[in-house]
Amino acid sequence: MLKGRHLLDPTDFSPGELEEIFDFADQIIQSPAQFNHLCDSNLLATLFYEPSTRTRFSFEAAMLRLGGNVVGFSEPGSSSVAKGESIADTIRTVACYADIIVMRHPKEGAPRIASQYSLVPIINAGDGGHLHPTQTLTDLLTIRSVRKTLSGLTIGCCGDLKFGRTVHSLIKAASRYAGNRFVLVSPKELRVPDYVTADLTARGVVYQEVERLDEVIGGLDILYMTRVQKERFFNEDDYVRLKDVYILDAAKMRLAREDMIVMHPLPRVGEIAYEVDDDPRAYYFKQAKIGMYVRMALIAKLLGVS
Amino acid sequence: MLTITSIRNGIVIDHIHAGLGIRIFYELGLDKAEYTVALIMNAASTRMGRKDMIKIENNVDFDVTMLALIDPSVTINVIENEHITRKVKPELPERVEDVIKCKNPRCVTSIEKYVPHIFTLVNRELGQYRCQYCDEVYTVGKD
Repeated sequence: MLKGRHLLDPTDFSPGELEEIFDFADQIIQSPAQFNHLCDSNLLATLFYEPSTRTRFSFEAAMLRLGGNVVGFSEPGSSSVAKGESIADTIRTVACYADIIVMRHPKEGAPRIASQYSLVPIINAGDGGHLHPTQTLTDLLTIRSVRKTLSGLTIGCCGDLKFGRTVHSLIKAASRYAGNRFVLVSPKELRVPDYVTADLTARGVVYQEVERLDEVIGGLDILYMTRVQKERFFNEDDYVRLKDVYILDAAKMRLAREDMIVMHPLPRVGEIAYEVDDDPRAYYFKQAKIGMYVRMALIAKLLGVS
Repeated sequence: MLTITSIRNGIVIDHIHAGLGIRIFYELGLDKAEYTVALIMNAASTRMGRKDMIKIENNVDFDVTMLALIDPSVTINVIENEHITRKVKPELPERVEDVIKCKNPRCVTSIEKYVPHIFTLVNRELGQYRCQYCDEVYTVGKD
């Protein structure tokens, strides 16, 4: 039963519950017009404490396409947050007006605090460098639609794995499926946090950490590229030094298998060369569209209107 | 060799990893004690090589949980009439609230001051706890 639940962490829902959301998303993809009035009387609040274009648009488009309405703020300066209001008080107030709340916050764990004070479902739309569970739903549904399975895959994650919350979420969720193994490609400075590898080790999940993409790309089923995010760094020098280290181009794609797919949470800032966009293995823009449909399914399931 | 007389009634905290004794000393507020306290650092130990010890000439109550979180190897000996009457090995608790402070500057607890710092034990063998909010790992005896 997903009605009334929060989504704070990609493992909050069991694989079976995720299948339920994915199956419903597939129904929406097949015939979107059929669901135009599913949320006619519902209101979604979007609380974005840090800038976002696609995630916020994706949620707003999802709710509007379900016939619902949207209120919210896209940066905290235009809200009572600027006056120093706590997360707890903001949430207790907004939950009086909205039926479901989407929250992005630069501080890690902020949506969990929100869930402790909310009577309506909270969806984590990204908390600092920690987690981004709805991007993970997007990623898993994309993989499922292309590979027809979520198990037995070799998943390569490349780029900023330290601050890349989409990667942390994907590894956490995808490692629950049998036989998946991970190849983590990054400079030493940007390796995944210890808690991520500790989890994999504790559960006996196979992973390797390497520094060169060209040496491992030939063995991958999925290549998940990430950008090096400027806002996650404490100083400019580190950002400039590391931002262009791992660039996927046509030469590297020639080393990859014919059935490998390239994914990216977007936006990109140079880590995938434009020449790769025309490669049939490039899935990142299709992935963005799937993101809206999976968010439609998620909203409907949490509201209990599906 | 330095000699420190045995105590008649009180507590001896033994098997402290060398270097952690002073931290326990301050955490227990022993710098403000009005009774006799001895902090022994780098004592020879057949089991540990070097160890710290704290001898307290008083039957004080203190938070055993907190001791375990600093150094789970310690033994607490209760002394009565110059004899050890009880030995206590502190256990790592499953969950601690406002004992460990999250050191991740990106954790929400760094700005929302009303929120308790909650850590749950994820690996007893390695003494690893995890912040409920940001997943930051705290390792007992190292952090």
